[in-house]
Amino acid sequence: MPLPKVPTKGSVTRRGFAVLRVAIWEEPWVFAFSVLASALYGAMTVADGWALGWSTDHVIRPALERGDTTFGAVASLVSLFLGIAVLRAIGVVGRRVGAGVMQYRLQATYRQRVTRQYLKLPLEWHHKHPTGQLLSNANADVESTWYPIAPLPMAVGVIAMLAFATVAMFAADPWLALVGCLVFPMVFVANVIFQRTLQPLATRAQELRAAVSEVAHESFDGALVVKTLGREAAETERFKTPTFALQDANIAVNRARGAFDPVIEGLPRIGVLLVLLVGVGRVRSGAADAGDVVQVAFLFTLIGFPIRALGWVLGELPRSVVGWDRVQRVLTAEGGMEYGEAKLTSSAAARLDVSAVRFGYLPDRDVLAGVEFTVEPGRTVAVVGPTGSGKSTMTTLLTRLVDPEEGSIEVDGVDLRTLARGELAGSVALVAQTAFLFDDTIRGNITLGGDYADEEVWDALRIAQGDGFVKSLPHGLDTKVGERGTTLSGGQRQRIALARALVRRPRLLILDDATSAVDPQVEARILAGLRTAVQGSEAATTVLVIAYRKATISLADEVLFLDEGRIADHGSHLELQERSAAYRELVDAYEKDAARREEEAELAAELNDLDSEGASA
Amino acid sequence: MSAAEATRLDHGDEAGGLETLRQGLRVSPELARGWWITGLLALTMTAGRIVVPIAVQQTIDKGLSGPGGPDMSFVAWMCLVCFGGVLITAVASYFTTVRLATNSERGLATMRIKAFRHVHDLPVLTQSTERRGALVSRVTSDVDTVSQFLQFGGFIFLVSLGQMLLATVVMFVYSWQLALVVLVCFIPLFASLRFLQARMSAAYGVVRAKVGEMLSAIAEPVVGAQVVRAYAIERRTQQRIDASIEEFRRTSTRAQAITGITFSIGGLAAGLANAGVLTAGVLLGVGGHATLGEILAFMFLVALFSDPVQIATQVLTDAQSAFAGWRRVLGVIATPADVVDPGADGVTQQRGPIMIEFDSVDFAYPEGELVLRDVSVRLEPHRRVAVVGETGSGKTTFAKLLTRLMDPTSGAVLLDGVDAREIAFSSLRERVVMVPQDGYLFDSSLADNVRFGRPEVTDAQLLAAFESLGLTDWLESLPDGLDSPVGQRGESLSAGERQLVALVRANIADPDLLVLDEATSAVDPGTEVRVNAALERLMAGRTSVIIAHRLSTAEAADEILVFDDGRVVERGPHADLVTAGGVYSHLHDSWIAQRSSS
Ligand SMILES: Nc1ncnc2c1ncn2[C@@H]1O[C@H](COP(=O)(O)OP(=O)(O)OP(=O)(O)O)[C@@H](O)[C@H]1O
Ligand SMILES: Nc1ncnc2c1ncn2[C@@H]1O[C@H](COP(=O)(O)OP(=O)(O)OP(=O)(O)O)[C@@H](O)[C@H]1O
Ligand SMILES: [Mg+2]
Ligand SMILES: [Mg+2]
Repeated sequence: MPLPKVPTKGSVTRRGFAVLRVAIWEEPWVFAFSVLASALYGAMTVADGWALGWSTDHVIRPALERGDTTFGAVASLVSLFLGIAVLRAIGVVGRRVGAGVMQYRLQATYRQRVTRQYLKLPLEWHHKHPTGQLLSNANADVESTWYPIAPLPMAVGVIAMLAFATVAMFAADPWLALVGCLVFPMVFVANVIFQRTLQPLATRAQELRAAVSEVAHESFDGALVVKTLGREAAETERFKTPTFALQDANIAVNRARGAFDPVIEGLPRIGVLLVLLVGVGRVRSGAADAGDVVQVAFLFTLIGFPIRALGWVLGELPRSVVGWDRVQRVLTAEGGMEYGEAKLTSSAAARLDVSAVRFGYLPDRDVLAGVEFTVEPGRTVAVVGPTGSGKSTMTTLLTRLVDPEEGSIEVDGVDLRTLARGELAGSVALVAQTAFLFDDTIRGNITLGGDYADEEVWDALRIAQGDGFVKSLPHGLDTKVGERGTTLSGGQRQRIALARALVRRPRLLILDDATSAVDPQVEARILAGLRTAVQGSEAATTVLVIAYRKATISLADEVLFLDEGRIADHGSHLELQERSAAYRELVDAYEKDAARREEEAELAAELNDLDSEGASA
Repeated sequence: MSAAEATRLDHGDEAGGLETLRQGLRVSPELARGWWITGLLALTMTAGRIVVPIAVQQTIDKGLSGPGGPDMSFVAWMCLVCFGGVLITAVASYFTTVRLATNSERGLATMRIKAFRHVHDLPVLTQSTERRGALVSRVTSDVDTVSQFLQFGGFIFLVSLGQMLLATVVMFVYSWQLALVVLVCFIPLFASLRFLQARMSAAYGVVRAKVGEMLSAIAEPVVGAQVVRAYAIERRTQQRIDASIEEFRRTSTRAQAITGITFSIGGLAAGLANAGVLTAGVLLGVGGHATLGEILAFMFLVALFSDPVQIATQVLTDAQSAFAGWRRVLGVIATPADVVDPGADGVTQQRGPIMIEFDSVDFAYPEGELVLRDVSVRLEPHRRVAVVGETGSGKTTFAKLLTRLMDPTSGAVLLDGVDAREIAFSSLRERVVMVPQDGYLFDSSLADNVRFGRPEVTDAQLLAAFESLGLTDWLESLPDGLDSPVGQRGESLSAGERQLVALVRANIADPDLLVLDEATSAVDPGTEVRVNAALERLMAGRTSVIIAHRLSTAEAADEILVFDDGRVVERGPHADLVTAGGVYSHLHDSWIAQRSSS
């Protein structure tokens, strides 16, 4: 049987039932089990009422009238009530455990599906969706989708219970049963009206809850900016708007609940009174006896509470549908990357061919256009370009985090798009511009779960010049670095990220301004280490490095000058310096600035001298 | 309190229930407003529930088996009276619900806002050691559980308590012997409840811990999407996530099973009580000590008595998570805002050139060694001071102390001779602004981000600010100019562009002291030199402290502070230091080597 479809339009209740159908389809056996248990519970609840009626007529009244009783009568009474209680308890446990198993299994299944999708969807998709929203899709939304599962078996059990009760009531006395046929549908209708009233109110409260969460998430994420600019009070004001709206929405929900609850609860009570009234008439006419009246009245008392489970299921449906829609938006999102079958087999330095690549984030705005170059194996190429010229964008293309709109990128002559999944990462490592660390240990951040011996980790750290500070940490490699690595200094974070790439001994290493937060001395040592490690023995690595500093650039065999998304020039550093004014302006900026200052200082000194001469004259 | 404790939030698993309630009421006094009216209403409401068993007893004893056979008019009258009772119950119930909801929602809104504000008042250290998600849940889901509990659990608790009491009273009025039988039958339940309750709270404690683990595992592929892809660690990430999801499922199901068993025990006790009442009732009735109506009424009373007991176990569990949530929220509010705003008692300083003094300042991060040692420096007004030193030597730490994002472990930071701890934040934050190492941008437009510090600034002033830093060309190259969206954390801009925006933002805030912590580290040299020259002009007459690895900044500064392993080892103008043969001249040598090697 195929997965039942949930219509995208239509009334909330209809769509809600469709979601329930999906739940049953996913977990048919658990559902069947808990419904059976629930039916047992329902039957035993009705049996309780019947037992009271039976014992009134057959044991209690005769005993009171005769002024005597037998041991057997009392024993049968006790065993009857205890037996029913035990069976009912079994039903209750089965129902609750079944509902729990079903609810949590569904949650787990859907959480796994959502997170699989997160791992599959391309980076672009991630950029378009706020972090807070994605986290709540996997957590709160999955949870609310399956909320109605908790009371569902009970509700189905209640339907069974009502069926049994109707039979029992008619068996006792048709007129009394008619009272039941009047009261129970009324309870049900009241429930339905209640849920209809509640739905829009509850949905609004839910939306506001999300709004509160969004403001808090963003505000706390930027807490440092808020603090440094002294905006705490203003942020609190911003938070107050959704908070007060949520307060009012919740009060409105409770007003509705406050109005309907007493009705739903009071109807069975009024039913009991009616039963008594009608019952007296029936007893007087001899059509019924006291036991029948008591039985029916007791049934009303017993059923009054469970019947509300129907309302609970209906009441959770709107939330469930909203959750379902939000989860589906993730599950049905298109655009996982396509992978081929090709493998990279070489173990020598990689060759890189980029031809006629065009790419833009927004339509009609190319960030890269006509980018074309080749890096021979073992060469080191520096990419130089002004801020915003598209250097980082290029690194994301080279590592196939995104695909170009036009043109192709090949490693060892193989188009990246034809490579098997995970194949590229075995050969190419990127150290991104902003070092991202996981909330994990230093070792975990470097190995990323890969199988590397401590020696290899230390080797990588040594080249990245991070071994010294890691050794001085109290737990060494096992030190936890905190969310996004907050307990480390900026330069320390960058060196961990560098070690992460180096430990993999990539055949193509891409460094995106990866030493910007490192002081010049350490940077010089890192570069020297890289030079020996990379170009040492057998030159097993091709390096593409984005840099501004001449030391880094001078390490390179050739330089690509990127300007406004185009390769403006390509050659050795000296060649470029000679023929490109824009390039000179960029790489010589510090020296020019220093020269300008010196001149100014000299000028100032001369002026000073003149002044003092003038004064002394 | 040790420094280590000071940076952690109180996660609230210790304080007792009453203590939590007291603290909670102190934070949200609205909760207790007119509590006695609510109490009276709740009492009225429970009273109405007791009418049904009484009606049954009266009907059977007087209506059905009256002297002249079934007595229709008596039953009719009695039913009418009871109907009135049911109506009164309904009305009282409505008002109880609404009052409870209004008071609790108002109280909790107050608490939410106080907690939100307090998170911002927490020391940066606490903010950065706590997971972002955990802080957010303090003002969202944690408060929601309390609200849920007060409105459902709390309501039911009130009603149940009254219902049990009244049922007990009526039972004793009808027959003390039968009442005793009922109570005895419930003793095993009460005895086992304590045990089950303990199991239940242990189980839910485990569940809460597993939720936390699951959430952080799920966050990995979301916040670290790029690294996960670039390193193709999807499989390992998925395994970790699956494992944590599975753990959560297992523990939750277990907790649910314990709850189920607890629940069923209430029903068992009711069954036992029913059997006991009927047996004892028959025996008593045979001796003429109980009427049929009384015995049957007892059955209804037992139901009234046992329902609350069953619900109470559920309510207790809800109460447990609600109280844990409540404690966590209160814990945030109670966590000392180490770096406290002296507020109205604080000094409000005159705007104008600022002088800074570090008076033998030591600083250690929690559980760490000293990161700054005995730092004593004085930065004169109008000065442009560069701070240089190796990575990890304490430069950022110095900047954070300077801007009072943290307080020294010992020693003092003085602004114009006044201890920073005594200056009102409103004054301090206006005078002193820092641009941190990674400038955070909010997910809105460029304009919103730039005027974040001063919302009253007009678009024309914004444009002028971009102009004065020489960034007009860049601004014009953006698709929507000032209205361009910057994306989450500013991710739609390049790293250098993000830093430029953060710079303009600080410049708009117009402080007396500007602290730049590697604020242009990702900007290309050409732009950096231009922006720095512009900043130099703009900051003329004010004080600025600039941390930079690119020593071009140091060359241009009036004075340089050289940090080495937490100490200021050298200070003076570039010309003096560069020839002194110390740390700075080494740093500078490698800088020159980098700058000009070719
Ligand atoms: N996610 C995005 N959405 C829209 N535009 C983007 C996005 N990411 C980058 N851009 C734009 O693309 C251009 C190139 O950005 P990129 O990050 O590649 O620059 P860069 O050369 O690395 O700059 P920097 O030196 O500052 O790191 C910039 O103008 C930037 O605003
Ligand atoms: N939140 C923190 N908790 C614990 N230790 C920290 C924390 N922040 C920084 N440290 C440690 O304090 C020391 C000084 O850090 P700081 O950030 O001041 O260095 P820095 O001079 O700014 O370095 P960089 O040039 O790399 O930015 C480092 O050893 C760092 O590991
Ligand atoms: Mg970049
Ligand atoms: Mg720093």
